[in-house]
Amino acid sequence: MKVEAKKLEVQTSTEPMTGADLLIDLLKKEGVETLFGYPGGAVLPIYDAIYRARGTIEHILFRHEQGMIHAAEGYARVTGKPGVVIATSGPGATNLVTGITDAMMDSLPLVIFTGQVARSVIGTDAFQEADVMAITTPITKHNYQVQSIEDLPRIVKEAFHIASTGRPGPVLVDVPKDISAGFLTAEPEEASINLPGYQPTTKPNPLQIKKLADSISKAIKPVILSGAGVLHGKASAELTALAEKHQIPVVTTLLGLGTFPADHPLSLGMGGMHGTYAANMAIYECDLLINFGARFDDRLTGNLKHFAPFAKVAHIDIDPAEIGKNVPTSLPIVSDTKEALTELLDQEIESPNSAEWLEKLSQNKQEYPLWYKHDPNGMCPQWVIEAVHKVTNGDAIVATDVGQHQMWAAQYYTFKEPHRWITSGGLGTMGFGFPAAIGAQIAEPDSTVVAIVGDGGFQMTLQELSIVYERNLPVKIIIVNNGALGMVRQWQELLHGNRISESILHTQPNFVKLAESYSIRGYQVNNQEELITILPEVFAHNGPVLVDARVLQQEKVFPMIAPGKGIHEMIGVKP
Amino acid sequence: MKRIITATVQDRAGVLNRVTGLLQRRQFNIESISVGPTETEGVSRMTLVVEIEDEQRLEQVTKQLNKQIDVLKVSDITDKAVVVRELALIKVASSSQLRSEINGIIDPFRAIVIDVSKESLAIQITGKPEKIDALLELLRPYGIKEIARTGLTALLRGHQPQVNELAHHTLLK
Repeated sequence: MKVEAKKLEVQTSTEPMTGADLLIDLLKKEGVETLFGYPGGAVLPIYDAIYRARGTIEHILFRHEQGMIHAAEGYARVTGKPGVVIATSGPGATNLVTGITDAMMDSLPLVIFTGQVARSVIGTDAFQEADVMAITTPITKHNYQVQSIEDLPRIVKEAFHIASTGRPGPVLVDVPKDISAGFLTAEPEEASINLPGYQPTTKPNPLQIKKLADSISKAIKPVILSGAGVLHGKASAELTALAEKHQIPVVTTLLGLGTFPADHPLSLGMGGMHGTYAANMAIYECDLLINFGARFDDRLTGNLKHFAPFAKVAHIDIDPAEIGKNVPTSLPIVSDTKEALTELLDQEIESPNSAEWLEKLSQNKQEYPLWYKHDPNGMCPQWVIEAVHKVTNGDAIVATDVGQHQMWAAQYYTFKEPHRWITSGGLGTMGFGFPAAIGAQIAEPDSTVVAIVGDGGFQMTLQELSIVYERNLPVKIIIVNNGALGMVRQWQELLHGNRISESILHTQPNFVKLAESYSIRGYQVNNQEELITILPEVFAHNGPVLVDARVLQQEKVFPMIAPGKGIHEMIGVKP
Repeated sequence: MKRIITATVQDRAGVLNRVTGLLQRRQFNIESISVGPTETEGVSRMTLVVEIEDEQRLEQVTKQLNKQIDVLKVSDITDKAVVVRELALIKVASSSQLRSEINGIIDPFRAIVIDVSKESLAIQITGKPEKIDALLELLRPYGIKEIARTGLTALLRGHQPQVNELAHHTLLK
């Protein structure tokens, strides 16, 4: 696709324009309002340009590059727009690696600009030089190193296009210092995208849609699996309409929570390793599994031999490489989820004869609900999530790290709406939740945002407490504090002969004093009454609050599919 | 099974790294790879020979390659009618007395001598990999000092036979 070159409108000023000025102009043209950044030597020219552009584009200075990129991910998850990150060369760039990989695994759109040493010294092991292109090639959807100022308009345009279309993902642009500091010799030209190798298929093949329609009408035990592709396609309404129209029950993946209302009668809840009995047995027993935008991750499928063994599998995904990767698929449909769902809704489909099936699933739901037992010796973490759910009316944006607290949040914070759940699914990144919540709060200043974090994960990125204070971002931090790396401890107890090896955090900071040292209100609660008493004031306070909720250490996440076991082989389905 | 996969790619920095890195990460074993410019400026063609255990893995590798932004088209041409060539340079120990004897061996292979020294000969051979292997076997008793092979490159034949005739044309089955 080539378009006639037009002159680009640029700021008129007497000072000659640098590559960095051009870059900031290009970002504004892409509609970028917020930069998640951290300065350093190789990006000094870019920070000069940011200084000159102050008032027209907001820059938020985080305290660690990992914090800022997770914040950009949270921003991207809530808005659907690319989060824009700026870091310096060398250590600035390498500190981003975890976040870039996280975004790649969970298909989050990011555009990341890293500084690089000047082209004349690239390859000489210069100060703060790292081979960022090689490091990030396998963890980005695409990456660029700018080789001339003239290329900047095209590269920036392509980077945003690639990051936000098709299956979204992170795109990195490495900017050598002589490019950002260099002066423009001519008026920059309006760039056009030139990507002959990138043309994602978004519309489904009508024949395949017909086949799926036919399969639906013939099914007796149909199930829909709803994944993050439904988020990216903004297709929750269509998915709900299809499920209701043909009375097809819905299982959501971890990332797909909220794509279908959890309190809907057709909802079976989350499937997978810590999914509900009803959801997992539905996948095991179904005769038609319709997967919208989930990638059949191993934490969902368990042992592939036992995954939907009696089912015809239909898989609707915008990324053809996901179809057939893990689970043999008899009905592949490469498409945007919304396009496919809209087509399906237009079809004349005889609704499946599934009354008996629905009856059975509903019995399963009643007979095997999620459960935990109150303990007189302390507070149950599951109850903490339920209490937070109650006080926020289930409407908050919730961000988590990875581990037990994440699974409890997924199980007990029943989401009604999409884009309210921010979690590190694929990569399973500790330290993700708190900064991701900051990004979400930046995107939606008026929404209630809760970071439900573990005491382990929180300590990996807690330096961003500075930001919530500085910007008065009213993020509510709930530390589900069991004094342990709970999921590791759980696996050690259940699967490693109770050898609790290095998973107890014997010393911890006083989290309340820690919060106070950042001028943030902090509470410590040890039992249910204390939590019930403080929660209303926590959420009424128009500013950040930290709650250190001391919970029982030995609590475990159930049900559970042990590694290597099939989806029907859950343990802990009943008290 | 051994498969011949061709990929046309945008001739941009890092594209070879991208392709080989991807294959390595997904644990595909590359037997040979050859790269060069094509009839279109800015477009290169890679010919890869990879060892893949089953159809599903094969489908994955082509899909993963196709997903790369700089990759324009990926084809598995193993089962098509193709012409395949590889070039090898072989340095064989040879005294002056042995030269004509070696010439007699390489002649039927339409290989040529491209360098001569007191103790050795350098031979150039072009053909299918099996042909090169066959010549190497014959030369081995003389003492092979060095081998440089380009890896295989391939083109679809101008005429593609019907599916039922294909079995006669496949190369690597």
